[in-house]
Amino acid sequence: MPVEIPKDKWPGSVRTVTIGALPKDGGTRKCTVTVGGETTMPFLHYEGEIPNRPVVAIEIMDRQPDDWSPLLAEAWKDVMDDPAKWAVAAEQAGADLLVLELSLNNRNGEPTTPDEAVSAVKSVLAASGLPLIVFGPGQAEADNALLVPISEATKGERIVLGICEDKNYRTIVATAMANDHLVSARTAMDVNLAKQLNILISDMGLPLDRILMDPTTGALGYGIEYGFSVMERLRLAALQGDKMTQLPMIVTPGYEAWKIKESKVGEGVPETWGDWLNRAINWETLTAITLLESGADVLVLRHPESVKRVKRAIDELMSAKELV
Amino acid sequence: MALSGIQIYKLLPQTNCKECGFPTCLAFAMKLAAKQVELSSCPYVSEASKAQLEESAAPPIRLITLKSNGYEVKVGNEVVLYRHEKTFYNKSGLFVKLHTSQIENALIEETRRINQYQVNYVGMDLEVDGIAVEDDTHDPAKMKAAVTAIRSVSKKPLILISSAVDVLEAGLSQLSGETPLVCCANSTNWEKFAELAGKYKAILAIESDKIDEFVELTEKIKSKGIEDLVLIPNGKNLGHNLILQTQIRRAAIKANLRALGYPTLAFCSSPVEAAQAITKYAGFVVLDEFAAELIYSLLVLRQNIYTDPQKPIQVQPGLYEINNPKENDPVLVTTNFSITYFSVANEVEGSGLPAWLLVADAEGMSVLTAWAAGKFDADRIAKAVKSTNVTDKLSKHLLILPGSVAVLSGEVEAELPDWEIRVGPREAVDIPKFYKLALQVN
Repeated sequence: MPVEIPKDKWPGSVRTVTIGALPKDGGTRKCTVTVGGETTMPFLHYEGEIPNRPVVAIEIMDRQPDDWSPLLAEAWKDVMDDPAKWAVAAEQAGADLLVLELSLNNRNGEPTTPDEAVSAVKSVLAASGLPLIVFGPGQAEADNALLVPISEATKGERIVLGICEDKNYRTIVATAMANDHLVSARTAMDVNLAKQLNILISDMGLPLDRILMDPTTGALGYGIEYGFSVMERLRLAALQGDKMTQLPMIVTPGYEAWKIKESKVGEGVPETWGDWLNRAINWETLTAITLLESGADVLVLRHPESVKRVKRAIDELMSAKELV
Repeated sequence: MALSGIQIYKLLPQTNCKECGFPTCLAFAMKLAAKQVELSSCPYVSEASKAQLEESAAPPIRLITLKSNGYEVKVGNEVVLYRHEKTFYNKSGLFVKLHTSQIENALIEETRRINQYQVNYVGMDLEVDGIAVEDDTHDPAKMKAAVTAIRSVSKKPLILISSAVDVLEAGLSQLSGETPLVCCANSTNWEKFAELAGKYKAILAIESDKIDEFVELTEKIKSKGIEDLVLIPNGKNLGHNLILQTQIRRAAIKANLRALGYPTLAFCSSPVEAAQAITKYAGFVVLDEFAAELIYSLLVLRQNIYTDPQKPIQVQPGLYEINNPKENDPVLVTTNFSITYFSVANEVEGSGLPAWLLVADAEGMSVLTAWAAGKFDADRIAKAVKSTNVTDKLSKHLLILPGSVAVLSGEVEAELPDWEIRVGPREAVDIPKFYKLALQVN
């Protein structure tokens, strides 16, 4: 007798968001990335639709980063001092899209100027046809000073501008609205804070299909369980029909996993931590997979090997649709 | 799934005889539903009803315990699909697989490495739970020798894997007094495997990639008197496994389907598979190989996922050294909520600047929450300073308070007259900047 497996029927679904614009739509991208649209919890193809696969973005910087692990420097070698070359290398490494992060200070230790930032973005857009996400240095004043001119100089590209936070979102949202871009809304591992920021941003008039939400996370061993459960709860709320949580989720496991000791440090650590390179890649991959299983739509990674592993996992998780 | 009072009432005699001590059968049923009385108080309940009521009281996923001399691995007894709904209770048992074809010395050496492995994570020592032995020689003597070799260096619980009953029996014969797990039973061999499990009181694992087949097999095997079962959903890939694991868990918990109410086991040949198995419901995770860096990451993931969301991991209060601090480096004080601790520790560590991190016992709350609850005040901070003897260890006495409790600085000064008290940043992320600007350290 066939067994009746209980299925969840959800009234809601995740919104579909498209990043990047083709020439015919006013941009210069050779492809776009569409995420979201799920009507079920992650990869449960037997009870709902997952029309768009989660994607992997590779994080690059506008110049050689000061504080990245030497393992990453080894992986990317000399492209790291040229965002255009780095973008090309990232595309070859399998990125579905790119995240360009701007440094607070330029090579000479002076604050990065708007001109420098715009030219870094333009060089990346010229070098690679992938859709782009641009993150400011993470300080409100600098973010606003750099992102506005970038937004204006790339009107119509449907770039994702970040980071919108509760204390600093108006300027970024306004410029995204004026120049046909999207925004990324970041809150600190809390369902209500995430919801609240989405409400504030959409109240300014930016359509919800131009917002990604970043619920943030900790790395494996450094609070990932909070990120994991907040993402599961956000996704459940979205499926239950809560409109302000129905946005695709972007997370930064690369950033989180590569700033901690397990990945950064090769010497003077316990022997039981094992091989440094494998450990670091495991750390990034496992952080990413755990978040993928809890609802991530865009995963921002750093190491090419992690990208390969996470993409293979996404392939398998998506292809199970044919098996059920 | 527990029955409601009304459902229980329907199973009672409905005579209102009052012999149970309650005025009506319905009143008794309500007390039963609230688990305030025992069913045995009713002298007239039928055997059929009794069986049904007992079954409904059992947990939706059976608790399975692997035992060896001095060790136990418990899995099952889970009640939710998402950890935030309550918690995940019994951590996935982590096993490493060896083979009967390995030569004795290699087997012993590998077992020793697995057995000795111990890694510290936030003050806890984490270990591998046991060893799986796979028969790849189809030779009972080799299985017997492998089990003997392993037992010469490790007492941890074992999983025996073979398609042949005589091979498994050769291994089981060496494990008297233990409760190992044997696999894998399937639709063709299940009868013999059930007999074997019965004879040696072993736990039996069933392998399939079809839910219907699991149901059929568990019912058949259960009818032979074997109740300690484990399911091995061996899907075609990662995605298929996720679906099978979810369907089993959901049928057991949401539909109370007894035939699927058993813990699962996942054979994992990559870190990604093992990570999914830990987050998505596997009771046992069997790894293809031992690599310290993989075991470490999986033990940490398991610890994280199985943390009770209502009762977050606390860090041991005390004095922590970051970046080899010297006797004139500052002491940063914070609470023992794990996220708070790690935010601060990470920032200091990442900056490369040396510091003593003094973790006060704030009952696992974050700085502001603990302060509001009266668990992080001048008294507690002074106690932390005194209990760690940090005053004697250092030549310079500079204590940095979290910015959000700046209000405490006067009281702390009064409590610790030998110390200079400074107020640090509100957020951990600003600690490196604070070092550079306020402490003039580079």
